[in-house]
Amino acid sequence: MFLALRELRFARGRFALMGIVIALIAVLVVLLSGLSTGLVNDGVSGLKSMPATAFAFDEGTMTDNAFSRSLVDDEQLEYWAQAEGIESAEPMGVSIVNGTSDQGTQVDLTLFGVEPSGFLAPELSEGSGLGAPDGIVVSETARAAGLEVGSVVTLDRVGLDLTVVGFTAGQATFGHVDVAYLPIGTWRLIASNTATPGVPTEATVLAADYPYSSVVALRAAAGSSIDIEAGDDAAGTMTMLRTEAFNASPGYEAETLTLSMIQVFLYAICALVVGAFFTVWTIQRTHEIAVLRAVGASSGYLLRDGLAQAAMLLVGFTAIGVAAGVGLGAIMPEAMPFELEAAPVAFASLLTIALGLLGAAVAVLRIARVDPITALGGQR
Amino acid sequence: MTTHTVNTALTNTAPTSTPALEITDAVLELGDGDGRVRALDSVSLRVQPGEFVAVVGPSGSGKSSLLAIAGALGKPDSGSVRVHGTDLASLNRAAAARFRLRNIGFVFQSGNLIPALSAADQLRLVARLAGNRVVEPEALLAELGMAHRAGHRPGQLSGGERQRVGIARALVNNPSLLLVDEPTAALDRDRSQEVVAILAERAKRSAVAVVMVTHDRDVLGHCDRVLEMVDGQLSELSAAAMGSGTGQSSWNS
Ligand SMILES: Nc1ncnc2c1ncn2[C@@H]1O[C@H](COP(=O)(O)OP(=O)(O)O)[C@@H](O)[C@H]1O
Ligand SMILES: [Mg+2]
Repeated sequence: MFLALRELRFARGRFALMGIVIALIAVLVVLLSGLSTGLVNDGVSGLKSMPATAFAFDEGTMTDNAFSRSLVDDEQLEYWAQAEGIESAEPMGVSIVNGTSDQGTQVDLTLFGVEPSGFLAPELSEGSGLGAPDGIVVSETARAAGLEVGSVVTLDRVGLDLTVVGFTAGQATFGHVDVAYLPIGTWRLIASNTATPGVPTEATVLAADYPYSSVVALRAAAGSSIDIEAGDDAAGTMTMLRTEAFNASPGYEAETLTLSMIQVFLYAICALVVGAFFTVWTIQRTHEIAVLRAVGASSGYLLRDGLAQAAMLLVGFTAIGVAAGVGLGAIMPEAMPFELEAAPVAFASLLTIALGLLGAAVAVLRIARVDPITALGGQR
Repeated sequence: MTTHTVNTALTNTAPTSTPALEITDAVLELGDGDGRVRALDSVSLRVQPGEFVAVVGPSGSGKSSLLAIAGALGKPDSGSVRVHGTDLASLNRAAAARFRLRNIGFVFQSGNLIPALSAADQLRLVARLAGNRVVEPEALLAELGMAHRAGHRPGQLSGGERQRVGIARALVNNPSLLLVDEPTAALDRDRSQEVVAILAERAKRSAVAVVMVTHDRDVLGHCDRVLEMVDGQLSELSAAAMGSGTGQSSWNS
């Protein structure tokens, strides 16, 4: 690295220019990683925080938006409740509704209908829990829409009045729509299309008689595993583990695919730009390389030297770029779903370095093709 | 390592019995088809340690080709090349590179220094390539009158200074053979005389054999022997034909 270091210093202008490009790519890679983690977490945070092991959908439901497409009946619920290894199975209703708050603002909510005293009941950060047929527990993110404890939300078209009784902590959204928990009975009333304008009561809820829910939420007994296949066969369902079920939440696949594609492009750009730079640099050095080879330098030495140079450049400026990206992430506005996690950032940085190095390696390999005889002057 | 012992033997002032360079009936053809030329046509040459030989001749006559085969950069199609007893035909590419590093010094046109390295670092790099990390390049640079420029890069040196650094770099691993390709091509008259005088002095002092290709008839007076290359054929030039050289061609054996 004797030569590599001195050349870095000597041609510092050119290398700095290349380094800035690498650093900017690294900044973008970090920002994209933060954005994709943030978006994904935001989109499925409602699911992520749920204490369910798996969800059973109706057989044949399409994976995309499966939560709101699926409809299972109480018989299927019963099958799962009896199944081996299951501690409890509860109905869960999922639907997305539009409403208007008593302050006149439009609010979109993902309704999660759950058993008020079941394992799916939300953890409260403020107010009281589920119970009253018209009481809903909304995620903290809904405060942005002006909701407070005591606010009344009137569902559009149906005209049903629901009152906010509490908040649940965390960024609990589902497909980027704020979550509102409500008793499964009230959800069934809404889903049955028999609701009448006004405040729902015990009586109207009971009268609905709608033995369906969107999915069956399953919790495995401690230390035992669920036989998903057998259960699905018996109950006529299609069960996904909670993490697999992320794919079934709205937009999840589209978002992650888009962001991954942008990242793949960035890595490709990194490899190409670094490769192009080192190609030009190596061509500029052709005569010098011929002289060194004539003097007796082995191609192994020259290749190692060239690669070490590329590695120093890439590691140094990627580190600068990552630091800048993390710094930028810290001052991102609250409203932006931006979350940096060590593992994806480290992975992205290493991939930037690795692909840059790949590009450089292809260019540096030219060194091996330089004929030392060209160092002699004259017509050659 | 045989190459290394050769080197050590030389620095202890070798007996004159083994020639530093011995080329016998070398033939080299270059190009393909109709463009095929006989760059070297049955060339024989023997140079003793401490001897300073000049090769003159029109361009395209095969002078650089001669340096290439003498310097283990290429192999002749037939004939043999020995450097201090080692048959170069026996070396593969990697071995030839190692051999060049330790036994042959190259001085190229206008120095051909590495732009990023200071004068001292040019020498250090070549020493390190040969596994010598403790070399003190300042002493060698001082011998060539370049001590005050040790920290300067080629861009900060004049043509004559660059050529001196180039000579120092060629000598740093104590070679037994110095191959010099048109060292004065980019220099004015006085600078040319100085540089060639240095080569002549080094040849005597370190008992290194020097083969110098040149177009510059003015510097031939420093040489022990002058050979002429014409159409790939090498012949001895008589003292009279040497032109304006300062006369004597003292034979050193
Ligand atoms: N790589 C090559 N391919 C084909 N012909 C070559 C090549 N290199 C040199 N030649 C030819 O070989 C002859 C000798 O070249 P060279 O040794 O460079 O001459 P000099 O150094 O005396 O000018 C010339 O005719 C030249 O054109
Ligand atoms: Mg030539």
